[in-house]
Amino acid sequence: MTAPTTDRAADGADPRGEPILSVRGLEKHFPIKGGGLIKRTVGAVRAVDGVDLDLYPGEVLGLVGESGCGKSTTGRAILNLQPATAGSVVFQGREIVGLGRKEMRPLRRDIQLVFQDPYASLNPRLPVFDIVAEPLIIHGLTKDDDELRSRVRELVETVGLNPEHTNRYPAEFSGGQRQRIGIARALALQPKVLVLDEPVSALDVSIQAGVINLLEDLKDSLGLSYLFIAHDLSVVRHISDRVAVMYLGRIIEIAEQEELFNRPVHPYTQALLSAIPLPDPRRERARQRIIISGDVPSPANPPSGCRFRTRCQKFANVLTDGQRELCMTEDPKLETRGTGHLNACHYAEATAVL
Amino acid sequence: MSTLGTSGTGASGATAVGTSSTGTLSQAGSRTTSLGGFDASAPLLQVSDLNVHFPTEDGAVHAVRGVDYTLRSGEVLGIVGESGSGKSVTSLAVMGLLPGSARVTGSVRYRGQELLGQSDRSMSRVRGKGVSMIFQDPMTSLDPVYRVGYQIEETLRIHDKSLSSKAAEARAVELLELVGIPNAGERVRSYPHEFSGGMRQRVVIAIAMANQPEVIIADEPTTALDVTVQAQILEVLQTALQETGAAMVLITHDLGVVAGFADRVLVMYAGRPVEVGSVEDIYYEPRMPYTLGLLGSLPRLDSSTKERLTPILGAPPSLLNMPPGCPFAPRCPLHIAACDEAEPPLLQVGGGHEAACIRTAEVAKAHGHAADVFSVTGADTEPAGTARSADLTTTEESRETGAPGTPPGDQTEPGAGTTTGRTGSVVSPEPRPTNGDRA
Repeated sequence: MTAPTTDRAADGADPRGEPILSVRGLEKHFPIKGGGLIKRTVGAVRAVDGVDLDLYPGEVLGLVGESGCGKSTTGRAILNLQPATAGSVVFQGREIVGLGRKEMRPLRRDIQLVFQDPYASLNPRLPVFDIVAEPLIIHGLTKDDDELRSRVRELVETVGLNPEHTNRYPAEFSGGQRQRIGIARALALQPKVLVLDEPVSALDVSIQAGVINLLEDLKDSLGLSYLFIAHDLSVVRHISDRVAVMYLGRIIEIAEQEELFNRPVHPYTQALLSAIPLPDPRRERARQRIIISGDVPSPANPPSGCRFRTRCQKFANVLTDGQRELCMTEDPKLETRGTGHLNACHYAEATAVL
Repeated sequence: MSTLGTSGTGASGATAVGTSSTGTLSQAGSRTTSLGGFDASAPLLQVSDLNVHFPTEDGAVHAVRGVDYTLRSGEVLGIVGESGSGKSVTSLAVMGLLPGSARVTGSVRYRGQELLGQSDRSMSRVRGKGVSMIFQDPMTSLDPVYRVGYQIEETLRIHDKSLSSKAAEARAVELLELVGIPNAGERVRSYPHEFSGGMRQRVVIAIAMANQPEVIIADEPTTALDVTVQAQILEVLQTALQETGAAMVLITHDLGVVAGFADRVLVMYAGRPVEVGSVEDIYYEPRMPYTLGLLGSLPRLDSSTKERLTPILGAPPSLLNMPPGCPFAPRCPLHIAACDEAEPPLLQVGGGHEAACIRTAEVAKAHGHAADVFSVTGADTEPAGTARSADLTTTEESRETGAPGTPPGDQTEPGAGTTTGRTGSVVSPEPRPTNGDRA
């Protein structure tokens, strides 16, 4: 079990107050069944393998990583949509891990999820009104039909859609508009925290910008906190106050947005930032690129010691054999190591890559 | 010729694919000339007035509406646009790969010879040898039942019947080495499913460059890949261009990839090119409001300023029964009455820079700053397809904070099948915990 390290260690007393959501040692393992007649468990995909993070009120925490790093599973486990294997998720002072569906329901009013795919996450047979009204009805939050109608109307206006159109079906809306419907549904219960799982990845850039602006406005006007899960670091930088980078089921670096993008210390964060092409021909062509080799190892059988060492450019080219020994044998904990923010690299060192 | 920021410094990039691709093509430099019957002095690839209609129950969808471009030798032409803008259909039409139901008109000339209307048999001579293609999804563009080596050898032997199977296999290994596949000698006998996505895309690139084509059309070659793998594949593409000396049409929606890779850029909207120019023209001095809006809607990785993004309101038009006038007019902040009269052709706005807009003078004043032209409102009130921004109302009023003392959830059981927040099939089925779960 991972020791509960918090980023409070980095800056002493925390001015942000108590976290609204606090995750410690979160694990989610999926069993691998053997191929025989009797399905025996022969191993586990360690999709999330010890994640620690805190979300403060009014904050946007970006959670980034490549496909398969466990960022979405982390989001689902936090919401208890997929029960965690181990660890703790404390939301507003209450432990969520281990709660049943019934016990979760009152909590769901305060923590809601927005899904990635606006084409699959809305029921095509329900008009928009019913989609947005559903959580209100389930939780019994409106007295009568009049109140329900005005509340839905208000929600639909809040997300920048025309309230006249609530009798239409999802198919009649564009992708960006559907995502707004998904957001209206998530806001219906007046949650305090939204977990946004790749909310704009399925949208074209011109549409995506409108949804990002909307999310920023809603956060300010409603005082929400976001756990913003995405693979697009440009979007994450734009919207986040702090950013956590995941690799193979673990957080490997977490820092304030400015700090992470200007002074990344983990070789993976550096490679990730350097791999993203900039939409600016002169800057893009002048850049030095760090290219890491290979693909992400299987989370069913992660490398010993540091999980990134098999692809790490520093491990391969810079470190001496003696230094590599540590990478191979000891799993680096999430600590500050004198860099000013939490990271999981034995040889963390700030390098500007943008 | 553009070069991507070459792979890292000596130290950091040493593990990059560049070094693993030590092999060189035995035939490199001595291209077995252009195909017989083709005029080597004619333009490499010339597409003019290309139109594609797809018949549907509701009428003909005009997916490509008059595309013109000329590909010069050795250059990389980037084609950018959002989904549905016709960029992929254009390239499929060039390759003659559209379904038989599609109606294709206009002209596609490769080295002076018309490709449209040719039989599949004669197109096969051109495909792979004259013009080859890299598809988006490496999971589906390889045949799962054949070994990757066989699939490379097949391309080689179709164009060179005298090639012995032994020689073909040797070339296949050589090609796999070139695209950075480790242990190519053994991997040549692997099946596609034994490779990761990035490795499969390398195989696809090896197939595309096998016959030293003069043109490679790459349709979203890195879209299905993670960003660290994308960086590897872009390197391999660069290698492929160097080895074959081919020109490339790079189709993508990623404006970052184009910025680093392309020499010229063609921006498509609603089935037509709306702006063409050098990569610098397009990024720093766009003249078409759509291009400007597209750049303004991109969040920037290299900037910490929390500037508002400038979304383009509305949605692209339906390509079914297009109204007259500029197709971007309903979403355009510079829209005037004259815009609805006729669709503007591509007008010269500078050396080698053209834009399909009658208000380029106004766009020029923005010098690439989208916020000067576009509003940053958060609303999207128009029904899809029939947008008209004139009567857009801003509905950004903050939601009044509801009474804090709302009655606690009554725990009314939801009706059958209505579980809130779970309507989406995005939620993968929950694994059934068993006794052996924690083993």
